[in-house]
Amino acid sequence: MFGIYLKRELGRRKKAALVIALGLALGIALVITVNSVSAGMTQAQDKVLKSLYGLGTDMTVTKARSAPTSGSSGRPNFQFDANSNDSDDTQSSDRVMTQGGQALASSVVTKVAQQKGVASAVGALTLNVTKVDGSFTQGKAQSSGGSGGNSGPGGNGGNSTAAPQVQGGGANFDVNSYSVAGVDVTDQMLGPLAGSKISTGKTFTAAQTDAKVAVVSKSYAKENSLKVGKTLKISGTKYTVIGIATPDSSESTTDVYLPLKQAQTLADAKNQVTTIYVKATDSQQIDSVKAAIQKNIPGTTVTTSADLAETVSGSLSTASDLAAGVGKWLSVAVLVAAFLVAALLTSSAVSRRVREFGTLKALGWPSRRVTRQVVGESIVNGLLGGALGIGLGLAAAYTVTAISPKLTAQLGSTGGGGMGGGPGGGGPGQQSAQNTMEIALSAPVSMTAIALAVGLAVTGGLIAGALGGWRASRMRPADALRSVS
Amino acid sequence: MYRLTGVTKRYTRGKETVEALRGVDLTIEDGDQLVIQGPTGGGKSTLLQMIGGLDRPTEGSVELDGVDLAKISEARLTRLRAEKIGIIFQSFNLIPTLTAQENVETALVPLGVKPAERRERAAQALRSVGLGERLTHAPAELSGGQQQRVAIARALVKKPKVLLADEPTGNLDESMRDEIMALLEGLWHEYGLTFVMVTHDSSIARRAPRLATIRAGQIALTEQSLTQG
Repeated sequence: MFGIYLKRELGRRKKAALVIALGLALGIALVITVNSVSAGMTQAQDKVLKSLYGLGTDMTVTKARSAPTSGSSGRPNFQFDANSNDSDDTQSSDRVMTQGGQALASSVVTKVAQQKGVASAVGALTLNVTKVDGSFTQGKAQSSGGSGGNSGPGGNGGNSTAAPQVQGGGANFDVNSYSVAGVDVTDQMLGPLAGSKISTGKTFTAAQTDAKVAVVSKSYAKENSLKVGKTLKISGTKYTVIGIATPDSSESTTDVYLPLKQAQTLADAKNQVTTIYVKATDSQQIDSVKAAIQKNIPGTTVTTSADLAETVSGSLSTASDLAAGVGKWLSVAVLVAAFLVAALLTSSAVSRRVREFGTLKALGWPSRRVTRQVVGESIVNGLLGGALGIGLGLAAAYTVTAISPKLTAQLGSTGGGGMGGGPGGGGPGQQSAQNTMEIALSAPVSMTAIALAVGLAVTGGLIAGALGGWRASRMRPADALRSVS
Repeated sequence: MYRLTGVTKRYTRGKETVEALRGVDLTIEDGDQLVIQGPTGGGKSTLLQMIGGLDRPTEGSVELDGVDLAKISEARLTRLRAEKIGIIFQSFNLIPTLTAQENVETALVPLGVKPAERRERAAQALRSVGLGERLTHAPAELSGGQQQRVAIARALVKKPKVLLADEPTGNLDESMRDEIMALLEGLWHEYGLTFVMVTHDSSIARRAPRLATIRAGQIALTEQSLTQG
């Protein structure tokens, strides 16, 4: 009888059922939409962070750069000889400097790898190469107009004291700056290259620990007309390009990848690294691993994805904050309102059915059976609302994904090394104060979100049914019958 | 057998207390037919509710076969209603979304009758009141007289000991009234029920073997033949 009564009630009171279901559906759809957009924001942030860290990296270990010592400015220093005026020879000078924080000894990598909760750790050396090409010609000393008079006719007053003037000469230089990352070729699953795919050629082999080979980013290769097999000259050393790397995210921050030892040689930083990339054994334990590293290896700065995420600004951050703040509270408010509306409508439906329930009680239906009937109808209404809400939510999420609004992410200021171990400071190749990335927003709907929606639908139905059922159970048959007589 | 002793019922409406029944004493033997008549607000329906176990008296006792309905638990009272008492209402009180057959089945649900048997017994009850062709009709698709027949079938399908009717013809026209009364009296004779009916209708009251008149909560039996409380 329960099923037949339920079916008849919902079938013959479609409008009332639909109103309750629609109220719940709106709340549930909003929850799904906010949830999926939030997931999309997280994915977008992950993309941004992976562009810095590389896939699979949970945290980086760096060391803050110390203040320059006296006599060392920390800035690149170039020296050029002036050519004679009729010489066309160009001069070139590369200055290689470590980037990011203060260099760490390679032994620290081993020490980090030994920490509890660390699955693997690899070191990388990040360099900034500034290449200056051009010529510098001498000026010629020429006497002033007064001295010319000395040779003029009748110019005997040759006691003029005018100094000779330098004329001509000058400089024409082209300054080019690019980033180089020294990669631990024995473990490329972590580190600067992990966030890129080799689109042409191949990557380093484990044996090429000190080989004069390079992988260049696609954009750098295009800019400098580099292809696999060509050579690239850095600070006087020639490297054969063996692969072109295409980064997974839209913006690459590293131009050239070299075997770590080669990078160390270039920077005169033997057995030194600037960044240690760490993967934790359990992503839930990242905070404890961070604490262990900071405690056991003093002076280091450990930056996790969460730390880095805090430095993300721009529309991605604003939208993310909106989704997490306004969106979350809006969906909670709408959901609560939907639950209340459903509860009130159910309660009102019970009031309209006073005679019906009173009659059933007069016929000998126990209160629990009447309550079960009301709750059952409410849960089915809730499930109907849930199904509608899931449909609406999926449609909204699909629309967001189809439109793919572009969000910009600005990654916190890193500086050439001033930040050192600050958030993102250890990331490779961060040359500018801020990196701006453009990310297309998607709104993936997870099974968890669907399960949440079903749970909310049942909860909404139960809340509404509980109120209605409670009212129905409290009715005395005589009161129920009297109220309509 | 019913034995009502000193039944008083008071209602509180805001600050006002209304005494609907005042110390009513009444005995109804098994198989009796009692018609209760009186002015509106006199306490007729209240008395019927006490007899039917739909409400409890403020004072006094309502005994059915020695069980005081005023004192037993709500669950037991509900069970007693389900097993022994059939009720017919003035407004028919059918569930609007259920068919005629399903409405009759609702009386068998609390007795735990299996669905197949429930359906069969409901159909049989409807056939006995002349609605064998209307099993699948919704109440809205039936006339007032037909709806009251469905309500009668619902009251009788469980084979109750007592049949209570609250103005069963109050919403029907004259010809339909006679038809329904003939049906009820026939069933009373056929099933040997204890039949208590509330009515405004003097012509119906005159046909009853025993008449109780209630005014201002007090009962006066017009002895036409049977026992007096």
